[in-house]
Amino acid sequence: MALQSLDIKARSATTTPSPNVRAAGAIPVAKLIDISKCIGCKACQVACMEWNDLRDDVGTNVGVYDNPRDLSDQSWTVMRFSEVEVEQGRLEWLIRKDGCMHCADPGCLKACPSPGAIVQYSNGIVDFHEEYCIGCCYCIPGCPFNIPRISKKDDKAYKCTLCSDRVGVRLEPACVKICPTGAIVFGSKVDMIHHAEGRITDLKERGYSNAGLYDPQGVGGTHVMYVLQHGDKPELYANLPKDPSISPLVGLWKGVTKPLMSLGIGLAVFAGFFHFVTAGPKEVEEEEKTD
Amino acid sequence: MSKSIQRYTARERSNHWVVAIAFVLAGLSGLALFHPAFFFLTNLFGGGPWTRILHPFIGAVMFLFFMAMAARFWRFNHVTAADRQWMARIGDVIRNRDQGLPEVGKYNAGQKYLFWILVVSVPVLLLSGIVIWQPWFAPFFPIWLLRVAVVIHALAAWIMILGIVLHVYAAIWVKGSVRAMTRGTVSEAWAKHHHRAWYREMTGK
Repeated sequence: MALQSLDIKARSATTTPSPNVRAAGAIPVAKLIDISKCIGCKACQVACMEWNDLRDDVGTNVGVYDNPRDLSDQSWTVMRFSEVEVEQGRLEWLIRKDGCMHCADPGCLKACPSPGAIVQYSNGIVDFHEEYCIGCCYCIPGCPFNIPRISKKDDKAYKCTLCSDRVGVRLEPACVKICPTGAIVFGSKVDMIHHAEGRITDLKERGYSNAGLYDPQGVGGTHVMYVLQHGDKPELYANLPKDPSISPLVGLWKGVTKPLMSLGIGLAVFAGFFHFVTAGPKEVEEEEKTD
Repeated sequence: MSKSIQRYTARERSNHWVVAIAFVLAGLSGLALFHPAFFFLTNLFGGGPWTRILHPFIGAVMFLFFMAMAARFWRFNHVTAADRQWMARIGDVIRNRDQGLPEVGKYNAGQKYLFWILVVSVPVLLLSGIVIWQPWFAPFFPIWLLRVAVVIHALAAWIMILGIVLHVYAAIWVKGSVRAMTRGTVSEAWAKHHHRAWYREMTGK
């Protein structure tokens, strides 16, 4: 599934440089989801299923609009509906298209133990290469957004690819192409930030004084961004984390500790060897038995 | 050749070696997923997915047999005042200056501390391992617990590996020890020198 037309910026469990020779490099891309324009039609979910050949099980109605209820190996994007009263007596229906945020500093990639199972292209897309996935689930604790899902069918991890196969041939992601209100747009990250600024100005003029762009810096920024009417309260949007970052436990687990621990084991073995060749073995004199 | 003393029965030896073999396999497959430098070890187990599948089962076998072994040797591993005196002279032990060390029973203080380190780390490995056992158990635990478990699992494994490196080296270093676990016997001279209290108990001398 690797795209030979895209440079790779980072590769899981790899300590040497990734293929990165293309002179021009790639322009960082971004998908911008303007929640204030979303009508909750779920066309993006359908387009995602169509393009990626996914069919989730038909679920049951539990009295909410979320359908399917959660992300899965077959549902890489899900609309999450939140009914909130931001001010007393003023009900708002906030609909957030959930899915992979394509972090600039991806926790899944950091946590993955299998070389090349997770890659980050130089355009910023974070992609799972399932043929190298070993099904260990480490990407799940790695992710600050609770996105990867392990398939029960093949024990591989799946998530939104940001349609890397489409972007690689200069097409926009399927959800972007289908969105009927223009709530989802795609382009260079710089352009998308610029576009968001216009939307935020507009929202502020219309009374949403805290409107803002969600591009959390705790994960180095993301290549999927939201325009939020209530930019100061992202938690209103089905618990979108306010200041997400890779868990310090994952940092501890995957940071400098492991090379140091590996070194420690190696040193212990060498210490034993050199102790043997210097101090020597403990031998018991046979005559001791006759004293 | 001096007379020999029985140190381990055939059952005890078999039990020990089941744990040892399981430890080596669990250790190699675990290191494979521990750091990219060791990922090549997955080849020993039939690739990445097979390593992930086999590792927890090997670990569970190690746990079961280790607990059986720990139950057998539990009563010989209570740390005494003499053990603390022995430990205070660990520098002399390492330099092979064994004269005047306190009398040692079936196990010396180093062996006892290793025993207790393993008695703690093996169940910790099992419990933290169950939390991240994919696909059977991991889906039932919250993500914050997975994060805690992966760190604890790696740390406990590291402590255990270091302990076993020490254990294996000590067996090589102290000549005449390995046969206790391969043949079941040690020489009288070995017992008298390294485990005098146990020697007296065994021979009545």
